[in-house]
Amino acid sequence: MFSFSSLTSVINNYLNSHFSPTIVMLMEMAIVGVLAISLFAFLGLLLVYMERKVAAFMQLRLGPNRVGYKGTLQTLADTIKLLFKEGFSPDASDKFLFSLAPILVIVVAMLLLAPIPFAKGFQIYDINIGVFYISAVSSIGVIGILMAGYSSNNKYSLLGAMRSGAQIVSYELSAGLSLIVIVALSGSMSFSQIVQSQADGWWIFKGHIPAVIAFVIFIIAGTAELNRAPFDFAEAESELTAGFHTEYTGMRFAMFFLAEYINMFIISAIGATLFLGGWMPLHFGNLTMFNHVMDFIPHIVWFLGKTFAIIFLLMWFRWTFPRLRIDQLLTLEWKYLMPISLMNLLLVALIVIEGWHF
Amino acid sequence: MAFLKSYFGNIFRALRSLGKGMKLTGYYFTHHKEILTQEYPDNRDTLKFGERFRGEVVMPHDESNEHRCTGCTACELACPNGTIKILTKMEVGEDGKKKKAIEKFVYHLGMCTFCNLCIIACPTDAIIMSHDFEHSVFDRKQLTKVLNKPGSKIVKGVE
Repeated sequence: MFSFSSLTSVINNYLNSHFSPTIVMLMEMAIVGVLAISLFAFLGLLLVYMERKVAAFMQLRLGPNRVGYKGTLQTLADTIKLLFKEGFSPDASDKFLFSLAPILVIVVAMLLLAPIPFAKGFQIYDINIGVFYISAVSSIGVIGILMAGYSSNNKYSLLGAMRSGAQIVSYELSAGLSLIVIVALSGSMSFSQIVQSQADGWWIFKGHIPAVIAFVIFIIAGTAELNRAPFDFAEAESELTAGFHTEYTGMRFAMFFLAEYINMFIISAIGATLFLGGWMPLHFGNLTMFNHVMDFIPHIVWFLGKTFAIIFLLMWFRWTFPRLRIDQLLTLEWKYLMPISLMNLLLVALIVIEGWHF
Repeated sequence: MAFLKSYFGNIFRALRSLGKGMKLTGYYFTHHKEILTQEYPDNRDTLKFGERFRGEVVMPHDESNEHRCTGCTACELACPNGTIKILTKMEVGEDGKKKKAIEKFVYHLGMCTFCNLCIIACPTDAIIMSHDFEHSVFDRKQLTKVLNKPGSKIVKGVE
């Protein structure tokens, strides 16, 4: 049966037999880079189209349906339009930071892709502190947003960036605490080992109610970290025109736009990997027959299926809920999510010590 | 205890109301028959209009080329921007009495804001809003319309 791990080892062996290890390392890096960039481009096009269609159907509209079959080429056409636009920067802006900010945001999104296992043995970098790495790197993204807001020399941009800063500092806590729940249950921070530990059932089933609570909190905090509605304070069209990217045009704007959707994919992928088993097929303890049938579905299909289910959930949130007020945002985090996730962590610690989980 | 009760009650109510909203959008997402969008230039023949859609002011005439306008100029007075101009004439009726009748009901479509006040003001329901909305023309003069057809008369019994 075809598997990604055999494919990667074949390529690795072929390169090792022809070149020296240093060259092999560099070539593999280049291959991974090209793959990552093409994945980014493809995901950007796909997710924007998906978002527009989902939004349309939820609001009793049709969505894009003119360019290509059912509007599938619409996002491609939009990207080409953005490519031809002038890269404009305001007069009194900080030109260096202004150009740096979109690159920083997209680089952070690329770094976050590293530890995510797409299928068995198909992972860019199987780091042993994967969860820690994710929560550390994801907070760099906000620096890009702050940079964009500060350098634009525009009151709306600055306000949006500051709001985004306050929001991400708050919600990082409960996102991190809900990740720790799974780390405690699986006893590892490495993504590949967390997936392996779900071979006999996903953590959301095995971890009793605390895992479900952690999943809900992770989804809420994840939406907030993505700056998506109902937590889209950084942009808030009705209040701040376009927030931190008010002054951006052309490809620089497209970078922010792309990073937003890539981050959505990554947050969903992390949620799917930690709580829903990643590429691991749906297994139930002793049902051997059922487990064998499930094994026939390729790993990548499981991974993408779960990821896109969570992406759909995030889109569903966005097109249903109204934006919160800034005080409601902070109340939700500090008075509800944070104490609940702390209590939840305590409960999970008890469960792990007593060995009550399956 | 009262604090805990209200705290968890808040969470419960919030989740329930979020669930209600998501149920509705989920229903719309799965039921494409509810979609309201009409693909306009493609479905010109089967366009559906709302009951109160305001296209332009028209004066309906029946088969014998008769309308219901008495020339009372209530619509002209009601119009906030002088869209309607009524030119009247005196006619001698069957009983020999002189009676006011309209000669021309002039309607400047270019000035109309479709506020519907003339239709509300009309005591005899002589004018209505039609559903025709494709008004673009190449010459502004074509936007000045005479609503009563040539040779038309008032319906008998409408005073």
